Amino acid sequence: MARINNLQDLNKRREQGMASLFPSKTKVMVGEATCGLATGAGLVHKALAEEIEKQKLDIMLRKTGCIGMCYREPLVDVIEPNRPRLTYSRLTPKNVPAFLNQVLEGNHKSKKPYCRIDEDVFIGNGETRRYFSGALPDDLGEVSPMSEIDFYEKQVRIATRNCGYLDPDNIDEYIARGGYFSLRKALSSMQPEEIIEEVIKAGLRGRGGGGFPTGYKWQSCRRAHGEVKYVICNGDEGDPGAYMDRSIMEGDPHSVIEGMIIGAYAIGAHEGYIYVRDEYPFAVNALSLAISQARECGLLGENILDSGFSFDIQIGKGAGAFVCGESTALMASLEGRAGEPRAKYVHTVEHGLKDRPTNLNNVETWANVPVIVGRGSEWFSEIGIENNAGTKVFSLVGNIRNVGLIEVPMGITLREIIYDIGGGTPKGKQFKAVQTGGPSGGCIPKDMLDFPVSYDELSKAGSMMGSGGMIVMDETSCMVDVARYFLRFLESESCGKCVPCREGVYRMRQILDDICVGRGREGDVELLESMSEAIIDGSLCALGGSAPNPVLSTIKSFRDEYDAHIRDKKCPAGVCKELA
Amino acid sequence: MNEVSISEDAVKTIVEKYHGEKSALISILQDVQKEYAFLSKDALNLLSQEMEIPLSSVYEVSTFYNSFSLVPRGRHVIEVCAGTACHVKGGPKLRSRLETELNLECGETTEDRMFTLEEVRCLGCCSLAPVVKVDGDIHAYLEEDKIPGILKNYRNERRQSGEN
Repeated sequence: MARINNLQDLNKRREQGMASLFPSKTKVMVGEATCGLATGAGLVHKALAEEIEKQKLDIMLRKTGCIGMCYREPLVDVIEPNRPRLTYSRLTPKNVPAFLNQVLEGNHKSKKPYCRIDEDVFIGNGETRRYFSGALPDDLGEVSPMSEIDFYEKQVRIATRNCGYLDPDNIDEYIARGGYFSLRKALSSMQPEEIIEEVIKAGLRGRGGGGFPTGYKWQSCRRAHGEVKYVICNGDEGDPGAYMDRSIMEGDPHSVIEGMIIGAYAIGAHEGYIYVRDEYPFAVNALSLAISQARECGLLGENILDSGFSFDIQIGKGAGAFVCGESTALMASLEGRAGEPRAKYVHTVEHGLKDRPTNLNNVETWANVPVIVGRGSEWFSEIGIENNAGTKVFSLVGNIRNVGLIEVPMGITLREIIYDIGGGTPKGKQFKAVQTGGPSGGCIPKDMLDFPVSYDELSKAGSMMGSGGMIVMDETSCMVDVARYFLRFLESESCGKCVPCREGVYRMRQILDDICVGRGREGDVELLESMSEAIIDGSLCALGGSAPNPVLSTIKSFRDEYDAHIRDKKCPAGVCKELA
Repeated sequence: MNEVSISEDAVKTIVEKYHGEKSALISILQDVQKEYAFLSKDALNLLSQEMEIPLSSVYEVSTFYNSFSLVPRGRHVIEVCAGTACHVKGGPKLRSRLETELNLECGETTEDRMFTLEEVRCLGCCSLAPVVKVDGDIHAYLEEDKIPGILKNYRNERRQSGEN
């Protein structure tokens, strides 16, 4: 791969990428992120490759990331010259020969398309590219455009802009969709302080859940004393029920890398780390390949884009510890030690990894950066609501019809997400609660569904934004059992360093165990509440400090279920076996 | 516990791959575990000497992280996802069925060393809940009644490949 030194080189690669995104011959794309592969996308790809080889067909076969419609996996897209892009769902290896025949013949005999895409908008630079010119082909009038499907209508995809649109292994396709042009802009025409100013003005806040203003974090790290500084991407995504970051790392690794290079330049760092959890092997593969490609192209390493700036990235792998999502624990883990958090009165922007100034942001945050630099803070800050600019990616899962990955503007209500995008709860079951914020969050009941999704409002609803897991629960879920589930999780994931968390969560879980098997006593709820207070006050890190949240939020909204377990020895949902 | 003999050279090669850097301990442990399927006492001792890290620290790290095992595991590792979406959609039923079918408790290995059953925090396949991962393969939307058939397939696989 040739080195990219200037705008001319970048444009040349852009042309190559365009030729591969919009080829002059038929192209078939298989969605091969982890969830696609788990439903058989790998086998479909293999069957397609074999059939194409057997029939000696002149068809390009490529893979792509997750476009979000997990409820329709495995997904296969067909792009033909001057035709809308067509998406087919739930293909099996057995369907493949008939499917390829229909592609060749140009009909829908064997499989009807699920939806079509008429034009492709590159969020990275605002460019629009139509798949065809003139009128819509007659045979496709009945196929809905993707933008009008309920699942997509309200979505705005910035962080996931390329997922499902490009081949993550092909750097040219990333460049064609506007990638690395922001990096060039930053390195060639912006001072580091200017970039930080842009990120501040854009109003970007940490997408890992904390919501700390990203630009101010960068500024503190830039101002911190020290020659050597680090930037880190937190890809530890430990919250159960959340997989947004996995999808971005697998489907569009270059967006994270580009964001990190821009951030490193703004902060004055020359070394970076991406810490990925052990459970995400495909993300590690995608990132490793993307990093080596970026190095070959001179986008990482010495003298990036001939600007004199040098920066490189290494991958650090986790080993299965939830607490390592906490920044100081993550840094300890990167140093090869047990991932125990430390007190944060010494800020990591001053004393972080190896005791040097370190700036850590989450995957989704980094993926937003190139777009902010490319399109400007004004464009970005107009999306979303005051103090909560931009979008948030959520994994909408649990008891919901349209299960998948969504990216929505901040300020949208939970009701819109669950009913308009998600299609509500399936099988005629009643909605009970939506759990957000992972083990640090809470369960939001029906009467709070009109709360807008933002960092501040979700906290008022007794939960928190968190990293983006949104688990919908219907009448078949027992809220006491859910609270116990999270405490079990936290009990085993507590690092054990401080007593309130280690012993307190353990004791609270025992009380909940008792309640669930019919040994609950009057006063247990009050005891849980007072223990919660002590744990929140006395714990060192956020894991302990927020551990009682699932219990407190369920007590607040579903006290009647606790009472039914304790007084009537009944589990209304029929989940707790001993009380059913 | 140490039925597997550790090749000193193999471990040294792994350490050299990371230039003996102390900060690479986790990656090194992962590679050693990949080679031997678990971390034996000999392996930990050897790493401690080679990397000049106290054995207590090597032990601390290898017991802190969930993905390390200090006991030999079965030929097939079954991981039941305990993520929230899986919990809501019936993950606990899958777990107890697996425990019944394999006649063990989560975290244990069958006597014939065929299967190890483990719980994993969240596999990030929440849209396919409930899921169980056997070796590298994810079984999506799994129903309890399909478990005996799946286990049988893995058992037969071994018989077919002629190993015993």
